[in-house]
Amino acid sequence: MSLEVRGLSFAYGEHSVLEDVSFSLEDGQMLSVLGPNGVGKSTLFHCILGLLTPQAGEILVNGQNIRLLSSRALAQKIAYIPQSHSPTFNFSVLDMVLMGTTAQLSYFSAPGKPQLESAQAVLEQLGISHLAQRGYAHISGGERQLCLIARAMVQQARILILDEPSANLDYGNRIRVMQTLRALAAEGYGVIQSTHDPDQAYLYSDRILALSRGKVLAWGSPRDTISNSLISRLYGVEVEVCSLREDTFRVCVPAAQRANKKGVTLC
Amino acid sequence: MNDTKSKWTYPLILWALGIALAAAIVLSVTLGRYPIRLKELCGILLSKVVPMEPFWSKTQASLLLQHRLPRILLACMVGCCLSAAGAAYQGVFQNPMAAPDILGASSGAAFGAALAILLHLSSSMIILLAFSSSLFTVTLVIFFGERAKGTRVLGLILSGIMVSSLMSSGTSFIKLVADPTDQLPAITYWLMGSLNGSAPKDVLFALFPMALGLVPLLLLRWRINILTLGDAEAQSMGVNARRLRILVILSATLVTAASVSVSGVIGWVGLVIPHLARRMVGNNYRYLMPASMLLGALFLLLVDDVSRNLLATEIPLGILTSLIGAPFFICLIMKGGDKV
Repeated sequence: MSLEVRGLSFAYGEHSVLEDVSFSLEDGQMLSVLGPNGVGKSTLFHCILGLLTPQAGEILVNGQNIRLLSSRALAQKIAYIPQSHSPTFNFSVLDMVLMGTTAQLSYFSAPGKPQLESAQAVLEQLGISHLAQRGYAHISGGERQLCLIARAMVQQARILILDEPSANLDYGNRIRVMQTLRALAAEGYGVIQSTHDPDQAYLYSDRILALSRGKVLAWGSPRDTISNSLISRLYGVEVEVCSLREDTFRVCVPAAQRANKKGVTLC
Repeated sequence: MNDTKSKWTYPLILWALGIALAAAIVLSVTLGRYPIRLKELCGILLSKVVPMEPFWSKTQASLLLQHRLPRILLACMVGCCLSAAGAAYQGVFQNPMAAPDILGASSGAAFGAALAILLHLSSSMIILLAFSSSLFTVTLVIFFGERAKGTRVLGLILSGIMVSSLMSSGTSFIKLVADPTDQLPAITYWLMGSLNGSAPKDVLFALFPMALGLVPLLLLRWRINILTLGDAEAQSMGVNARRLRILVILSATLVTAASVSVSGVIGWVGLVIPHLARRMVGNNYRYLMPASMLLGALFLLLVDDVSRNLLATEIPLGILTSLIGAPFFICLIMKGGDKV
């Protein structure tokens, strides 16, 4: 399954948020969207999910315009994974995951045995089946994120959209969630995430989309995009991007702190 | 808790509630100033189907069929509807404090009833006017709420508060101009809520709108879960949040309006019972909705038994439900701790 966004523009009334945004995503690829707060990342995601209707441009899934798809059909192609949140009511993890199967069900029915089995299989795959009967409100942020990923997987969508999946997570959980996403991409899922961490974006993704004031500032492979000038321009702070281990990693260091340290190459 | 256990626990709780309700109904028939024993209950009911020699008095038969049984049925129906509506509203508004009167169904019904009493209309007309005024009020609330700027859910709640207060001021005005010797007490009594004087025709009147609302609430109960996560998430899971919310609100309003119009304003049931049900079966509406319905029916039936048996004069239901409901709710929030 592929996703293609062509010349997307969106405005809230007079206030333009996205202007002429284009990019594409193939199966098995992971895309990181970089950009400061309020740059339109969430708006972009909401357009792709069909929650907002763009003023111009089109969004194609497998060459099919999403405007022509019902919300049910779209849900079976693209799934949304919000930031780990605490909902009003405390559902069990299993119930939370089962909610992802709703698009496959007829209007008046509830999940049955096949849905239960697929939910259990996915929980098993993500290594959180021991949490099935726990309350969603009582598990850690990392576990919640995994639970929401499980929910997206039972939805049977092949494109996953994640809103800052590693925000509010501790160091270990951040790595765990990123590795899970990488593993899903290896399985053939297309993964789109927004992130504030250029190091992480470089390490885990295949494509980078950098947005600035609603416009595409850079689009391409991490190697071609993550650089001193891009990160400094994007966030408005002087940053030096250091390369480690034959460019396997790139680490951003604030320029002020970098000045008198030696021994690493700059990009 | 392991899988097999949780798979059977909740259905078992539902069965237990159902059996408790059936037992309470039988018990309630035998309660009352004029004695009707189990034997006579069976006899009177059976004689409708198979011919038999009456071993009961005429008074017993007419009391049972014309007054006690309709009242018992109505208590169950109203309790069931109010708690189902409360649970439904809590879900669609993502607000655990939501109650059946959140969109003005009660204040609308109160205004209609007060107006009918002021105009010296018959008891059937009081019910009919209360019902239509209740539906009209909620329609008005939805009309304004859907056009409000900002979040839809918030718009609906705010518009509910405003229109309710408008209706309440109307009711206050009617009380002011009503004849203080007979109309005013009648209005006040109606506002306190009571099932006194329930007749078979009230059951018949309420039955249709109640069924019309309860059936969709039961059928849509799985989807209400998804509404509690908010519009964006629901939509991304393929659920048309806006349409589903309107459908659930309409059903919940229909049953609330039907309840309030036959029983008057009965507070607390729609708030406390769903919370108690949440403690028993968790937050999944698949079990929560039927549990709320059964528990609500059981609760209001028992409260109504107290209302008609405790003192020589009837204690209005609304007073009793607040008297029991408020302290009970305080206990619930102090105890804390979720089901799962």
